[in-house]
Amino acid sequence: MSRPVALVLRAPGTNRDGDAAFALELAGAAPRRSLLNEVFANPKLLHEAQMLVIPGGFSFADALGAGRLFALELVTRLREELMTFVEAGKPVIGICNGFQVLIRTGLLPAGGMEVALGANAANGQPAGQFVCNWVSLQPMSKKCIWTAPLTDEIDCPIAHGEGRLACDSDTLAALYADDQIAFRYTSSNPNGSVDDIAGICDGTGLVIGLMPHPENHVLPRQHPQYLRGHRGGLGGALFEAGVNHAKDI
Amino acid sequence: MAVSDAAVSSGRHRLTVRPYESAGVATTITIAGELNERDRQRLEAVLIDPLLETGSWDPTVLAHQLDIGLIPGVTDTAAAQVIHAASLLGIAVADASVGRLVDVAPTSIDGLNGGSSGDLTGDLTGDLTDGEIRRHWANAVIERWAVGRAVEPGFAAGTTVDAATEHIDLPADDEGLAALSRSRGLALDVAELHVIRDHFAGVGRSPTDAELETLAQTWSEHCAHKSFRADVLLDDGTVAEPLLARLRRSTTEIDAPFVVSAFDGNAGIVRFGPDLTYALKCETHNHPSAIEPFGGANTGVGGVIRDIIGAHHRAIACTNILCFGPADTPDDELPDGVLSPRRIIDGVVAGIADYGNKIGLPTVAGGVLYDPAYVSNPLVFAGCIGVSPTGRPPLTGPHAGDRIVVFGGRTGRDGIRGATFSSMEMDATTGDVAGASVQIGDPIVEKLVSDLLVDAWDLYSAITDCGAGGLSSAIGELAEHTGADVELTKVPLKYAGLAPWEIWLSEAQERMVVAVAPSQFDALAELAALHGVELSDVGSFTGDGRLVVRFQGRPVIELDTTFLHDGRPRRRLQATTPTPVRVADDARIMAPACPSPRDTLLALLAHPNIASKASIIRRYDHEILGGTVVRPLTGVRNDGPGDGVVLADPSDTSGIAIGIGVNPWYGLHDPEHMAWAVVDEAIRNVVVTGADPTAVALMDNFSWGNPTRSTTFGELVAAVQGCVDAAHFYGAPFVSGKDSLNNEYLTADGTRRAIPPTLVITAVAPMHDVALAVTSDLKQPGNILVLLGRTLPEFGGSHLLMLTDEHTTQGRAVPSPDAGAMARYTAVHIAMQHGLIVSAHDCSEGGFGVAVAEMAIGGRLGVDLDLRRAHTEPTVALFSESNGRIICEVQPANVDALLAMFPADAVEIGTVTTGSDLVVEPYFTVGIDDLVNAFNGPALDEPTVVGGHR
Repeated sequence: MSRPVALVLRAPGTNRDGDAAFALELAGAAPRRSLLNEVFANPKLLHEAQMLVIPGGFSFADALGAGRLFALELVTRLREELMTFVEAGKPVIGICNGFQVLIRTGLLPAGGMEVALGANAANGQPAGQFVCNWVSLQPMSKKCIWTAPLTDEIDCPIAHGEGRLACDSDTLAALYADDQIAFRYTSSNPNGSVDDIAGICDGTGLVIGLMPHPENHVLPRQHPQYLRGHRGGLGGALFEAGVNHAKDI
Repeated sequence: MAVSDAAVSSGRHRLTVRPYESAGVATTITIAGELNERDRQRLEAVLIDPLLETGSWDPTVLAHQLDIGLIPGVTDTAAAQVIHAASLLGIAVADASVGRLVDVAPTSIDGLNGGSSGDLTGDLTGDLTDGEIRRHWANAVIERWAVGRAVEPGFAAGTTVDAATEHIDLPADDEGLAALSRSRGLALDVAELHVIRDHFAGVGRSPTDAELETLAQTWSEHCAHKSFRADVLLDDGTVAEPLLARLRRSTTEIDAPFVVSAFDGNAGIVRFGPDLTYALKCETHNHPSAIEPFGGANTGVGGVIRDIIGAHHRAIACTNILCFGPADTPDDELPDGVLSPRRIIDGVVAGIADYGNKIGLPTVAGGVLYDPAYVSNPLVFAGCIGVSPTGRPPLTGPHAGDRIVVFGGRTGRDGIRGATFSSMEMDATTGDVAGASVQIGDPIVEKLVSDLLVDAWDLYSAITDCGAGGLSSAIGELAEHTGADVELTKVPLKYAGLAPWEIWLSEAQERMVVAVAPSQFDALAELAALHGVELSDVGSFTGDGRLVVRFQGRPVIELDTTFLHDGRPRRRLQATTPTPVRVADDARIMAPACPSPRDTLLALLAHPNIASKASIIRRYDHEILGGTVVRPLTGVRNDGPGDGVVLADPSDTSGIAIGIGVNPWYGLHDPEHMAWAVVDEAIRNVVVTGADPTAVALMDNFSWGNPTRSTTFGELVAAVQGCVDAAHFYGAPFVSGKDSLNNEYLTADGTRRAIPPTLVITAVAPMHDVALAVTSDLKQPGNILVLLGRTLPEFGGSHLLMLTDEHTTQGRAVPSPDAGAMARYTAVHIAMQHGLIVSAHDCSEGGFGVAVAEMAIGGRLGVDLDLRRAHTEPTVALFSESNGRIICEVQPANVDALLAMFPADAVEIGTVTTGSDLVVEPYFTVGIDDLVNAFNGPALDEPTVVGGHR
């Protein structure tokens, strides 16, 4: 079977596009890293792709709050194309800054619900302090095409200052009721997210966003306990799930 | 929220954004432009997330509120994005400025669930003095403020000066020349000014301000390294070769096959395998970090990354060594004009994290040192490593006719005279007069430039970065062998009104200069547009050996490039070399008293220099690019201290190890042996991770005091001698280096505060198979610990003595060179290649006792030791810091094989156990939990989890 094309979208300040592309390649996709300007000039780059990946970084320096400018660019210049992409049943993933972008565009959690990713507030650290550490994630959602096939926990790093998922209690209940909780931290909550939530999906299960970086644990040797003999918990399983779904489109 | 109708038409609109967990700090966004209510609502929708923040338009600044804004011209990334957002929304905005509003008295604000009292609220009542504001909240170098009213926004527009060029008559007398140097901040001495005066007398005119400033920058200590290039006049009257020549000669003599380029261009270049070359560079950014810690450290990282880009390599990792005053130094012990260490630490760490994290490079290796001597002169060493595939044609330009193209950030009045500023001593007025020398970086712009230049690598013939001296250095250096003709009005400016010399000298960040054949220019411009990078063709390389710089066609500089680069008179500096105590001189030196070795061990683990740096390390992204195999923290809980770090591209099985050595306290006693010890430590750090000791490349970074004092220069001479001797001994050549001198501070009462001799050595060596890397954490109960190397009573500058403040007292020897070290490291490497060593850790600050405790912490395993096998004297066995020692963990079946490889200097010293104690026979027992708590501090081990906002 041929490799589905994964569009890896780069805004100024995106910096984990290479890591995402490496993970996608390993998972069987054909990643295509494209600058935002290229896609605006040629939206066919989006139409021709079977998957959309919004990677991590500090888009537009996150100067006005993480992901806000990148989201505004997409909403003002590519809204119709994105809607069409999702309606065609193509999977979308946003990681870290990409998660922040998907929330600000309204693609997550969608369905009229409002969530936000705020400044970290955990472990007695100053509000919004960037933290880089390893976490363990339990895949939750059975409707999400990205997490449904996963059987094991994923171990991977976090690297962010604004990853605290916040919403009101009704929204939280609705997200659970609709099986839209994609991942929960099973290690210590690194950012103060409500209910230890690390990632969510939309109502269709096609669009997922998460703060941690599964693309940085696709080789066993990337795990900090590798030299102690640790194996397993690879983040590659998440990308394989997305790629396998995209192959059938 | 309420909108005041009156403000809507004022042309100036101010939105205050307050996060729910604000701890008393809000962001203020001031917009110049005619906004209607709908515009405001649409901007609000972008600028405020109602789940996280509240916002209000044009609120009154209350009496207890401190309003802070940036000075016009300081990089304001957030304001640029406000303008960008407005333009996407179709809203016309003339300018924007982003600041912050601080509640300086306890307050409760409706609608907040936070209101928490951090450092920012609480104990301040009554009148706020200017001194308190400077000490706690704002920095006059880049900011201005008002209490109880809105500060004037720092709109860039409206800053203008007379753009004329003046000719400067050089006084005939030496006093007049010295006064001119002082008043213009030239940092040139009288002998140099004589040469300049004679040169222009020959030309038949006086120099322009631009010419004089160009010469001052090019001839500055920072750019010309004139002390390292000075003749060394020894006390016996003999003259020795300059220090830089001495270091270069050692590299030539070692003649290592892996050196591609040493001490040439922007970075040292080495090649460990057929496919890749590595570019290595480490810089200092000490003076800027002292007066504006965030911006100073931030641009230090940006600058060293540009060095790697300028060496035609792609950056892959950052390193740093930081030297601070003790974090708990009371304010009343600070000299006038000196920021508190707490603020410097917070600012520097935030600045390093900001740049590395945003540009997307792992910040992997480093160290943090605390000493009262760094209170007024903190040190920031920022390093960067890059890679390039081999087989690219070398850059051969610039060729006559090539265009001079400037990329990236725009030029403003920031960073003027940075090179001369950093070449001078500091005093209480430095922060005020040098304000323009400090800038805030923009890592996103540098990332765009870097990505573009990687994509466009075959479109240019030469490249360099704009660092100290700005365009004057960058174009001046590129034009050294050809000549150039430049038109300054072609340089893109942040705002109008810069004098020609300011454009030429500005050290505005994130700029690169390349030489481009005219036929390639269009292709380069097209690629730049795609990447969103601004570029400008500012002139051409001429081939006539003249540097001509014009403003509106009229020459403001006409200099002979030979005079510019080679006209500087060589200095001669007097060196009084130290005569340190050596063990061989006095065999009677005994170990210091140590009544309770158990308590001493715990005290050392808790000492700021040894204790966990996790709270700093975790603020740096060390995972990005996916190539980090051995991290700065290691072990079963990821909190054990590592030695070297190991990097390998995810698609490759081979990579490199990076190790760092530094010990200024040895330098106080014996700079020569200090240098040897830190070279040894840096090499040992890469050896214990599994790297090949026969292919180590070194970088040196000297931060020193005033070299015109003969004893200070003598210490430098001794340290360079130690470097050279150690490099020869280990066969490890220096490939790049940097010195930062005049790290001294003159206090108001005339006291001179100098730093201790601080030499940072970075070692980089190949890892042929990163899967064979070794970490320091204990792996398996039942395994045997073997100590390699000899332990001598060497306590000069030791951390044991630091506990009682006796480490500076003269009379004790620092660790001496170990003649067996290289053979030992080579054998360690062979043993590791055969899997005989499962953990290894070097003994450094705090000695064997601290090292073995760190291994136990990393593995959370117990250890039984027989200390007498290391040395009969327990204090020596535990806390001496002798060089060359490595603790290895070995499986029982492999012990004999390992010991056979080290017939002279290996002892079985203990066993890894399942127990919960470190048992030090026959002296004491200490719990592993106690070691962990001392090292981590109690808070880190049990994180408290804060619930999310609902």
